Amino acid sequence: MNAEPELESPHDDSRRTFLKQSSVLTAMALVPSPVVTAAAAELDEKVAAAFEKVPLSLKVNGTKHKLKVEPRTTLLDLLREQLHLTGTKKGCDYGQCGACTVHVDGQRVNSCLSFAVMHDGQEITTIEGLAKGDELHPMQEAFVKHDGFQCGYCTPGQIMSAVACVREGHAGSEGEIREYMSGNICRCGAYSNIVAAIQDVKQGGQKV
Amino acid sequence: MNQFQYVRATKSQGAIDAVAKDPQAKFIAGGTNLVDLMKRGIMTPQKLVDINRLPLAKIERQDNGLRLGALALNSTVANDALVRQHQPLLALALNAGASPQLRNMATVGGNMLQRTRCSYFYDLTMPCNKREPGTGCGALEGINRMHAIFGASDKCIAVHPSDMSVALVALDATVLVSGSKGDRRIAFADFHRLPGDTPEKDTNLEAGELITAVDIPDGPFTKHVHYQKVRERASYAFALVSTAAALDLDGNTIKAARLAMGGVAHKPWRLTAAEQSLVGQPATEASFRRAAEVAMQGAKAFKHNAYKLKLGPNTIVQALRTAAAA
Ligand SMILES: Cc1cc2nc3c(=O)[nH]c(=O)nc-3n(C[C@H](O)[C@H](O)[C@H](O)COP(=O)(O)OP(=O)(O)OC[C@H]3O[C@@H](n4cnc5c(N)ncnc54)[C@H](O)[C@@H]3O)c2cc1C
Ligand code: SF4
Ligand code: FES
Ligand code: FES
Repeated sequence: MNAEPELESPHDDSRRTFLKQSSVLTAMALVPSPVVTAAAAELDEKVAAAFEKVPLSLKVNGTKHKLKVEPRTTLLDLLREQLHLTGTKKGCDYGQCGACTVHVDGQRVNSCLSFAVMHDGQEITTIEGLAKGDELHPMQEAFVKHDGFQCGYCTPGQIMSAVACVREGHAGSEGEIREYMSGNICRCGAYSNIVAAIQDVKQGGQKV
Repeated sequence: MNQFQYVRATKSQGAIDAVAKDPQAKFIAGGTNLVDLMKRGIMTPQKLVDINRLPLAKIERQDNGLRLGALALNSTVANDALVRQHQPLLALALNAGASPQLRNMATVGGNMLQRTRCSYFYDLTMPCNKREPGTGCGALEGINRMHAIFGASDKCIAVHPSDMSVALVALDATVLVSGSKGDRRIAFADFHRLPGDTPEKDTNLEAGELITAVDIPDGPFTKHVHYQKVRERASYAFALVSTAAALDLDGNTIKAARLAMGGVAHKPWRLTAAEQSLVGQPATEASFRRAAEVAMQGAKAFKHNAYKLKLGPNTIVQALRTAAAA
């Protein structure tokens, strides 16, 4: 038999014991009693495990964080509610709009469709991490210059996506930009100015 | 969302055991389908086994073919030099799916296993045999414009939404899976199911079976290929109808052809008879039109999707025309 563990449970043991003791009551309150009697031990274990917060290490905009999260916390909710980085927006919460776009290890993703615990050890960049002090990122400057927004709600996601679009080499033409920016919806319809901003950055040749 | 226990798998066997012995447990890869369904309370696993750390993300040459690891990202596969060289049709189909952000999360295995579904599947106030077996099908008498024209049953008329799978079925791919009873290979065409009387089952994968890779045999389809997807906006929408087309041409004569459709059935829909009708024919509009007619034999529309009976053949012709010119 293989002695190496094949599954890691990131759950923290001391907390687990505590919850195990205290969760019998919770379990009783949550399920009809015959079930508790029949499978009390196993159920207790499950309920305890489900309620536990698990440890998570993340680097966000260059800062290391050691956190505790419930497994069901999305990366988006963690950023906004635990780290108070509210620049990343929640539009639809179902992967349909792109307002929540952040970079994970340099790649753009929808932070609303990902559990934070799945990113242990990874590096996250949000809109707050683009500027260098008071100096805006070239893409932020271009959005200002070209009026790449109206209400501004989709803008952080648009900018994170736009930076990735240029870095990926998908900003070669207007058509290509429109296709590779299609994961970011703008209710105000600022699309043509967004495309102009991206083309400006691309043609300017600055490092993004 | 319901609470759940989260475990991270470091070995495939551990992941398989954890899911095989617990009917409430599920694997999670990119999460783009599972998290969506969990947020809406449609799927409520009590345990998630995160498989992202398993070493299953490689794309490599295998004797006479390509092997895609189950955890290879949709974007990585679409941009991969080997894939573009040997199976350009797959790259086109992948790039037609979802959005750049979602393709950076979605995996090969997860994409195939995204639920076959319709908007009533998402609506917890409506009956749906797939979500809750025996409750009835909300779409049968409801708004069914997105629904199937092939292979439906009176229990379910939903379509499988994956673009990638349409290319993979056309390319004769094979799915490699590992389970507690050992490893097996499943022909891609047999992987997804028709709804029949058990629409709650989308595929023939058994509980606890882990997809480890997909094999695609080398073929002559490296140049004349096209993936034609018709949707309600230019991008970032599911297909109304799509067609994957691949031709092997000798001058203007078709030596071999592959055709499959998306958005028309509970599974990616291979069009074998239409392929046969093209062999030996000139690559002309008339041959393409005839193949499209063959392809549509047996199609049956519901109240709101009769447009697919016309859109379907037109999409096939357009796909073949573009493939021939590529
Ligand atoms: C807004 C939106 C638009 C979309 N548009 C499109 C589109 O146009 N075209 C298209 O094709 N798709 C589209 N999709 C769907 C998307 O492609 C899928 O959600 C994605 O491919 C699923 O992959 P995943 O790795 O995230 O799967 P997950 O959500 O992680 O998993 C899906 C299922 O597969 C199981 N699973 C995952 N990996 C394995 C494995 N290796 N072995 C066994 N079981 C496994 C999981 O248990 C789960 O049940 C869209 C999705 C969204 C949210
Ligand atoms: S078509 Fe299938 S998924 Fe849609 S409501 Fe009917 S049973 Fe459910
Ligand atoms: S909030 Fe994530 S895509 Fe809309
Ligand atoms: S600026 Fe208002 S949604 Fe885009």
